[in-house]
Amino acid sequence: MAEQGRFGPYGGRYVPETLVAALDELVRVYEEAAADRAFQAELEHLLTTYAGRPTPLSEAPRLSERVGCRVLLKREDLTHTGAHKINNTLGQILLARRMGKQRIIAETGAGQHGVATATACAHFGLECVVYMGEEDMARQHLNVFRMELLGATVVPVGSGTRTLKDATNEALRDWVATVTTTHYVIGSVVGPDPFPRMVRDFQSVIGREARAQVLDRVGKLPEWVVACVGGGSNAIGMFHAFLDDSDVRLVGVEAGGDGVESGRHAASLSAGTPGVLHGSLSYVLQDTDGQVLPAHSIAAGLDYPGVGPEHAYLRDSGRVQYYTVTDREAIEAFYALGRTEGILPALESAHALAWVLDSADRWSASDVVLFTLSGRGDKDVAHVAEQAGQSA
Amino acid sequence: MSDAAIRVRWQQLSERRRTALIPYLTAGYPTRDASLSALRMVADCGADFVEVGIPFTDPLADGPVIQRSSHVALQQGMSVKGVLELVREAALEIPVIAFGYLNPVLAYGLPRFLEEAAAAGVAGLLITDLPRGEDAELERQVRESDLALIPLVAPTTTDERLPRVLEAAEGFVYVISRLGVTGAVTSLDGGVESAVGRVRRATRLPVAVGFGIASGEQAATAARYADGVVVGSALVRRLDDGVDAARDLMNELRGALKVGAAVAQAVRDEAD
Repeated sequence: MAEQGRFGPYGGRYVPETLVAALDELVRVYEEAAADRAFQAELEHLLTTYAGRPTPLSEAPRLSERVGCRVLLKREDLTHTGAHKINNTLGQILLARRMGKQRIIAETGAGQHGVATATACAHFGLECVVYMGEEDMARQHLNVFRMELLGATVVPVGSGTRTLKDATNEALRDWVATVTTTHYVIGSVVGPDPFPRMVRDFQSVIGREARAQVLDRVGKLPEWVVACVGGGSNAIGMFHAFLDDSDVRLVGVEAGGDGVESGRHAASLSAGTPGVLHGSLSYVLQDTDGQVLPAHSIAAGLDYPGVGPEHAYLRDSGRVQYYTVTDREAIEAFYALGRTEGILPALESAHALAWVLDSADRWSASDVVLFTLSGRGDKDVAHVAEQAGQSA
Repeated sequence: MSDAAIRVRWQQLSERRRTALIPYLTAGYPTRDASLSALRMVADCGADFVEVGIPFTDPLADGPVIQRSSHVALQQGMSVKGVLELVREAALEIPVIAFGYLNPVLAYGLPRFLEEAAAAGVAGLLITDLPRGEDAELERQVRESDLALIPLVAPTTTDERLPRVLEAAEGFVYVISRLGVTGAVTSLDGGVESAVGRVRRATRLPVAVGFGIASGEQAATAARYADGVVVGSALVRRLDDGVDAARDLMNELRGALKVGAAVAQAVRDEAD
């Protein structure tokens, strides 16, 4: 890292002056907590006794046979609330308590981060407000209901794209007005410093566990590590443990929507250019005038025109290779995992799986592929059924 | 640095014991033509500076009125280049402050923007999402240009940070009167006096107050403490009813500020 809060040229804190003091405070409190054994022990205890960690590493024999090498699934879908998002929200809620903030806000796309935030707030008795785009509320209404059952207030966002990007704008507007009493739990490795490194640190438990599990089970490191990338939190969380293992190939899979050439996609790293969105410099889908373009993906959690700044750095350095998968390929992968392994993946995770399904010619039979099954697909069942109805 | 036009204006205001009226207008709203008329109208109505908003798709520090005006302007094709052309065509005699977000300016190319903006008649630059100290290289480029880089001070800016924000500040200091995004509120909270006082003790530059000022009465209240008053959302909203409706608000504000300045001066004279 070139300087604090930067990943090469990317990252930074491009925010209104009003938020600077809160970010300074968050940096200080986070760095103290990171060095505080009592804090780490409390988080560890919560992750173990409440969130269900460590998550299993599943064999996928029928899938492995189909793609021609051994595939291992890191089962973040088996955490409490059904996705990796809980790793981060528990950590950030502990920080909010340390800062004495009683009110919590969050943005959500697929609703998984909103559910995970509402869950952590309910557990600690904190007020919770979640901003969610109206389009996402329609396609993920099960998660809207879950958040409400957990006592959170879900605020519909009808401006702009009516998806994750504008939900994030609205959450930031709330924070500008309430920053002295409110903590904003950003759900991915995006936003101003310290969020990208802090969320990464909370999510890096995924890769730490998985690396040890693979070594223990297989006796070697995996040749391939694959994860989907929207904002990029599950991918960074998985990749971080392997960055120094130069023989391990790291693959991030972005949402290709209708195909990158169609212009309707969410592939910021593959088809975007550097720009400032939501407080940091990273790759952004934008026009030549610096206006942010609407993203498109069938997976609400990937439907975002930006990406975490550390991914921008890893892209430029070449340490991680990024590919895209279309909506159609992701849906096929969704069906495939259900039928070969008895697991319905989140549509987000199905993108990473689709790349694995399509990559048989990349590896040899002795290779091991590790991929993050970042969330479960229950939330997507109605949406997939609807899509099937439309195309039938 | 060359904030000569801005400095001269403040000097004149000080001599006339007058509070600066600083309207904000989103470039290209409600239409390009109406936007041009509105710029000329505010200058005719006695504005001392004008802030011209560069529309952006993701204005995260703005309330609903300026969000909507930005959206409408973009839908009609307003661009960074278009903003500069508008300013050039308006050919105003008062200093123009370009106001906006970083990304459109970065995409245009900051050096190119600074050069063309100066040529079009822009005197100062205010970037909402570029807090002081965050990006030394971008700040250096602006300081070496002909545009003044105007700092924002928020209620949450700590006393410890304040000197850093004001270090090498140019033009004037924009004090955000309250927490929150832009847009009208029914009453100004009592923090304006202390917020302005705190900045005054730290700088000799003029201090303007903005965020949430919508009426002559509020402007007069702010003018008791500040050297200038910024009015944005309330004016943009009036444009929905036409440039004449916006002119009525400008006249109300100008009238109120004359009274406000007179009261403030009387208070100061008494203190002397």
